Amino acid sequence: MQPADTDIQLPDATGHFGPFGGRFVPETLVAALEELATAFAQVGRDAAFRAELEALLHTYVGRPTPLTYLGRLSERVGLRLYAKREDLAHTGAHKINNAVGQALLAQRLGKRRIIAETGAGQHGVAVATVCAVLGIECAVYMGTEDIRRQSLNVFRMKLLGAEVRAVDSGSRTLKDAINEALRDWVTNVRSTHYLIGSAIGPHPYPAMVRDFQRVIGDEARAQVLEREGRLPDAAVACVGGGSNAIGLFAPFVADADVRLIGVEAAGRGLATGEHAASLSAGRPGVLHGTLSYLLQDEHGQVRETHSVSAGLDYPGVGPEHAYLRDSGRATYIAATDQQALAGFRLLSETEGIIPALEPAHAVGALPRVRELAGEGALVVLGLSGRGDKDMTTVAAELGVSLD
Amino acid sequence: MNRLDAALAAARAARRTALITFCTAGFPRREDWPGVMGAMERGGADVIEVGLPFSDPMADGRTIQHADEVALGQGVSVGDALGWIRAYRDAGGACGVVVMTYYNPLLQYGQERFVGDAVAAGADGLVLVDVPPEEGGELRAAARAAGLRLVPLVAPTTSDARLARLLDGAGGFVYCVSVTGVTGARRELPSDLPEFLARVRRHTELPLAVGFGIAAREQVEQLAPWCDAVVVGSAIVDAARAGGDAAERIEGYVEVLSGRRRPA
Repeated sequence: MQPADTDIQLPDATGHFGPFGGRFVPETLVAALEELATAFAQVGRDAAFRAELEALLHTYVGRPTPLTYLGRLSERVGLRLYAKREDLAHTGAHKINNAVGQALLAQRLGKRRIIAETGAGQHGVAVATVCAVLGIECAVYMGTEDIRRQSLNVFRMKLLGAEVRAVDSGSRTLKDAINEALRDWVTNVRSTHYLIGSAIGPHPYPAMVRDFQRVIGDEARAQVLEREGRLPDAAVACVGGGSNAIGLFAPFVADADVRLIGVEAAGRGLATGEHAASLSAGRPGVLHGTLSYLLQDEHGQVRETHSVSAGLDYPGVGPEHAYLRDSGRATYIAATDQQALAGFRLLSETEGIIPALEPAHAVGALPRVRELAGEGALVVLGLSGRGDKDMTTVAAELGVSLD
Repeated sequence: MNRLDAALAAARAARRTALITFCTAGFPRREDWPGVMGAMERGGADVIEVGLPFSDPMADGRTIQHADEVALGQGVSVGDALGWIRAYRDAGGACGVVVMTYYNPLLQYGQERFVGDAVAAGADGLVLVDVPPEEGGELRAAARAAGLRLVPLVAPTTSDARLARLLDGAGGFVYCVSVTGVTGARRELPSDLPEFLARVRRHTELPLAVGFGIAAREQVEQLAPWCDAVVVGSAIVDAARAGGDAAERIEGYVEVLSGRRRPA
């Protein structure tokens, strides 16, 4: 984690990124959010906290993660590609970076219990893992539709000692898990920290999650400079809520020549309405405490979304991405389920790396990235997680029986 | 005088705890509206709170979540709810009327447009669940200009410093959330509730209304020394969905809550 850097002045003191962000929550939660914002500002300047965090990231999470040159895939797609290997972090995804940071912060605040939401299960597993190693009580909310899609991760969380609470309301996915976690938090706010897993939610979450995830971009920037002697032409990452993308983008925002490209989930195609591409097809609205792009109907009711990837199946997106989109600093494109599955196979076959379905969207979008960044462009790809959790889903999509 | 202020002042003059009754607009069936509002008035409500349904009601418990789902399933919109308020007024409805909602439906409807239409329909106040005073400046300004009372929500976790800010420019009444928690009927109210209400009282002359968890006449009587009004929501929604004629059931239940009739 870096203290508030000169290259990113946002959010402002009230948590706004331009017109986006803010704190749209019931009054009961405001005191806890103020306490959290204050504590977060303090630990940014606290050498002991940062040393503790860095030690855990190094000796437990396994950071720094490698930057791998993808030679065969580069040849195939006409780019010079490096992958930032968050799939090699402990628990198999970038989610652990933020989980470790927030859990240490929760300890400082004297919270005895941590709750979390999870979509694909990677964030839930990361939180359950950190709670196990720090000895904190843990409950994870998960939609029943996601429990079905990600049964392996449900089992992992239980093995790690977390209680998994099934959420059977609304679309039974990530959005509803967040609603239920918020209700728990409103009820138990004095004893409990809500460990949000993406760069969404009320202030200070979007800024805090970004800062705990920017270790991805800080490492990648130094690694690519060391290997290539220059900055990349583009940084590319998948965007659901957008935590891995904002973590990768953050240190590059001030590097005007580095193109930032986010890849959303186009599901069955943007034209079908069955997708999760808030920045590509939504309009500004308020959900889960923040103002950002949102998939909603004409009456402001939040729409149900679809993606083959549970981790991207969310109708909103982090407010900083909304800001980067509108300011033109970042470009957001979308990849369909089919393109993601093609990317999943391509990376597996050419590089021996089986990605999670979420970053498989970024792989699937590489032809479009080449159009934007140019033939032969030097590209850092955020490989946010590994694909073990998705074997059942992919097998089903490919018509293969695993029984 | 604003009808909301008048209704609460009348109850205060009569040394009576005012009764504010909530139901999600269009629940249980569209056809039950605005009959539900008339039933509340006949049962003895002083103020009626009309909930605009939202797909993601994060501060609500199961009962109101379900009511919102049912209402949205029937396509209930902001325009429908305002239409029912207007019809209630056209039929001579005299209670204070407060609209309670989450922010996004208003944002999409258009904030100034909403304030104008709500006042024209006969609404007197507005409670926003997820808009603390730091947000929603445009809506607040429009409401103030139109005389629509902005009812602040305060919680047991609200500090004294914040209370001052929350109550600045507030109108109608102060909605005191009884518990750290979501809406829903509870058998017991927290023991530190009187302390919390006394703390709020030190900051304002506005009537104090206690809500979240209240479901029985005994609770209303218990709270009487500490507040000016109580809000009952989930328990009314439960009564409405028990089957039969919803308006009739609500009227009977509100009669008991208001003390006009003893429970059978």
